[in-house]
Amino acid sequence: MNQAVDKLNVADFSSDQEVRWCPGCGDYAILKTIQKLMPELDRPRESQVFVSGIGCSSRFPYYMNTYGFHTIHGRAPSVATGVKLANPDLDVWVITGDGDALSIGGNHTMHALRRNVDLNILLFNNEIYGLTKGQYSPTSKVGTRSPSTPEGSIDRPLSPCVIALGAGAPFVARSIDTEMKHLGAVIKESHAHEGASFVEILQNCPIYNDGIFEQVKNKKIAHDFKVEVTHGQPILFGKDNSKGIRLNRDTLSLEVVTVNDQGSMNEILVHDQTNLAQAQLLAAMQGNDFPVAVGVLYHKAKSTYVSDLGEQRIAVKENRSDASLRSLLHSGHTWEVK
Amino acid sequence: MSAEIVRTAESSTTADATAKTVESVVVRFAGDSGDGMQLTGANFTDNTALYGNDLSTFPDFPAEIRAPAGSTFGVSAFQIYFGSEDITTSGDAIDVLVAMNPAALVTNLKEVVSGGLVIVDTGAFNEKNLNKAKYNSNPLLDGSLDAYRVLEVDIHNQVIAAVEEFNLGHKMALRCKNMWTLGLVLWLFDRDKQTTIENLQKKFAKKPDVANANIAALNAGHAYGETAELPSGIEVYSVPKAQAAPGKYRDIDGTTGIAWGLLAGGQLAGLNILFASYPITPASSLLHALAARKEFDVTTFQAEDEIAAVCAAIGASFAGSLGVTSSAGPGIALKTEAISLAVSAELPLVVVNTQRGGPSTGLPTKTEQSDLLQAVYGRHGDTPLPVMATSSPSDCFEVAIEAVRIATKYMTPVMLLSDGYISNASEPWLIPDLEQYEPFPVEFHENPEGFNPSLRDPESLARVWAKPGTPGLEHRIGGIEKSYETGNISYDPDNHQLMTDTRRDKVGGISKDIPAQTVALGNESGKLAVVGWGSTFGAIHQGVKRCRQQGLDVSHIHIRHIWPFPKNLKELLSGYDEIIVPEMNTGQLVKMLRSEFLIDAKGLNKVSGQPFKIGEIVNAIQAELTERAE
Repeated sequence: MNQAVDKLNVADFSSDQEVRWCPGCGDYAILKTIQKLMPELDRPRESQVFVSGIGCSSRFPYYMNTYGFHTIHGRAPSVATGVKLANPDLDVWVITGDGDALSIGGNHTMHALRRNVDLNILLFNNEIYGLTKGQYSPTSKVGTRSPSTPEGSIDRPLSPCVIALGAGAPFVARSIDTEMKHLGAVIKESHAHEGASFVEILQNCPIYNDGIFEQVKNKKIAHDFKVEVTHGQPILFGKDNSKGIRLNRDTLSLEVVTVNDQGSMNEILVHDQTNLAQAQLLAAMQGNDFPVAVGVLYHKAKSTYVSDLGEQRIAVKENRSDASLRSLLHSGHTWEVK
Repeated sequence: MSAEIVRTAESSTTADATAKTVESVVVRFAGDSGDGMQLTGANFTDNTALYGNDLSTFPDFPAEIRAPAGSTFGVSAFQIYFGSEDITTSGDAIDVLVAMNPAALVTNLKEVVSGGLVIVDTGAFNEKNLNKAKYNSNPLLDGSLDAYRVLEVDIHNQVIAAVEEFNLGHKMALRCKNMWTLGLVLWLFDRDKQTTIENLQKKFAKKPDVANANIAALNAGHAYGETAELPSGIEVYSVPKAQAAPGKYRDIDGTTGIAWGLLAGGQLAGLNILFASYPITPASSLLHALAARKEFDVTTFQAEDEIAAVCAAIGASFAGSLGVTSSAGPGIALKTEAISLAVSAELPLVVVNTQRGGPSTGLPTKTEQSDLLQAVYGRHGDTPLPVMATSSPSDCFEVAIEAVRIATKYMTPVMLLSDGYISNASEPWLIPDLEQYEPFPVEFHENPEGFNPSLRDPESLARVWAKPGTPGLEHRIGGIEKSYETGNISYDPDNHQLMTDTRRDKVGGISKDIPAQTVALGNESGKLAVVGWGSTFGAIHQGVKRCRQQGLDVSHIHIRHIWPFPKNLKELLSGYDEIIVPEMNTGQLVKMLRSEFLIDAKGLNKVSGQPFKIGEIVNAIQAELTERAE
């Protein structure tokens, strides 16, 4: 089996279907990253299943030469849960977007995460509805002008990673569509994690929301607006790592500080990906006052839904090892008519 | 435990020489939720089955979980109809009512036949309880029960005396009231106490004092009947044994029948089952029944909502298990979009709808047949799927197996319609020999040569089932229209026409693979056919039988396969001058029969949350045939 796996390359994971995203769409870069990553996972191609909902991102499975199921709006986590329950040996991926996973499918995203079904959920967040032609989404910034909000959106956005942490996800990470190296490494780690993993991918929509992530993507300015977190490392950003994140222990909130000597360096928060409270603070960082955190924000092992279910089943089967349908039909009170 | 009962024409050896012989009796036990009426009914049912009567039972629980004691909405009742001929409903009117308190009396009395026997516990007829039942005066004293034969017993005091030696305390002692009452009713019908004694010993194996107290109460109730000076007109009933096919029997309710049928279907198909559901009355009991069966190849999944449940089932089917989901009407409405996905992706799926009263929340604990059009037509797009209906608790096992067979053979969702009545009612069931069922093992596609996901069986038109994990068969499916040739996305107009026709023809072709429609009772042509589906079976059957005994030319046809209809149905129906279609809705099957076959079928409709009574069917048949004669 492994021999065959070793021989696979990017082309082996590309389907014969013409990719139909708009030119310049961030989804192309994500697709390429994942197709490149696949051979490195050391898993047979037939064990990979991509399940998606509805939206631009959800066309993804058609372009992967693996098993794939393009389902209905918002329901990919539920379909994927069924796939995993039916065959735990499969690697089940959920490809979704901000509308799919957080609007119409918010309920299913939450429950797949809190149950800890072993799914790799990749949420392409472009803060807009692309496929329905540009309406604002639950992650759109306040004031987003769209066909359905001509004067600008008035509802407050939610943060995918904050939601995932709140739902009890044991693995939460964030990356960026065009940062292939970073994105590949994060997804690889999410795949290795046993249990539900959630990766938010900031993805540019060149048609309806172009440049929305410019601050974190433009190499000239990104150092001030993005911080890459690494487990065990101090949380530093800015040109020459001149800035850092500090925890104010009085207000239990984060602060940006300038790092100019060893004293200030000692105050910088060291990223501990097993610390939920810290992950929640990092995930929530946004706006002009804070950089956006990318990397693995939270990672803590928990027993999975499928493994717990398996243990229950084994225990029951041991107790009722002589069970048969015939004995079930004849169980309890019966009587004979001659 | 099994007991050897030999059914003969001889009467029971202990039968009272003066016993009043009746063909059938309806007994209803009614009391407070805490009075143990369901247990009483279940034990009486065991006895009655052992005795050799045919029977049917129906529990009537309050919708409230813990209703206040003594309240009318807290009355819990258990009805049993038993007799010497075939019993197919839980009975029209009550012959014997056991009322443990005023609330039980006031809520059930109007269903008691004139001259029927009413047994009341006078110990519960105090001012407080009378007020709770909204009685202005005591019905035991004011003559309002003059139309009935009334047996007044202070069961409270009788029980306290009977269990005194066990020092249970007042409250615990009173808990034995139901067994005292059961003892009396067992005497009334000349039934043996032994089964109940054994049941009690088993149930309270770890509490011998409680077991013995209950047995003492049972014996005391029985002895009371034998020795007390009872009012005139109250005597032992003799209900002769029924004729029944030889074999081993058990009681079955509709929920258990479907649960076990699904397990059997899974085994016959060689598939694991993922049963994914979301709690809803009255469908939840199916989830409970299967959740308790982890020793079999079934996984149950309580999803976060109805949509997640059906989607998980679809995901499981994609991955090579059989996905099953279940709900009642409102939940089925939520699942509809996903069911259409399964039609489009051509994956097997069994959807069980335990129908209840609608619209909206409607009457959750009451029964109705108003989801038929939803099942057959209620989806967006041209989205056909097979629909089947079970007609009784003992029919459920077979229908569930058939649903699995069709779903897997034709790669299609199947809607299985049950209802609140069937799921709760129970009746004796001749336990089937599993060896008699022809297996229908699923063969997953494994050969990569020339594979694509749109390959079809030329005869059944079923799409190929290739499950993830199979090397060389990697493929994508989804809800977007697919090319008939390759399975890839296609927006081609001619292809959509072809795919729509193919989906229609695949489901339509199932009519060749199901049994021809037979006549349940009567002739294959004649003046009048009463055509039904679902849980109206019992009432129609008895109604038609009674009318045929009166010499009327009427037949009963009951349809299990509602979509597609059996191939011969049109021809069969055209052999009758008139057709009436009783339904617990405003006319759904009748609409389908008229539109499919251009026949002048007439509806007989009732939407009260209550099953048809036999008398209502009889009246309709008589009216129809008299009208014709005039």
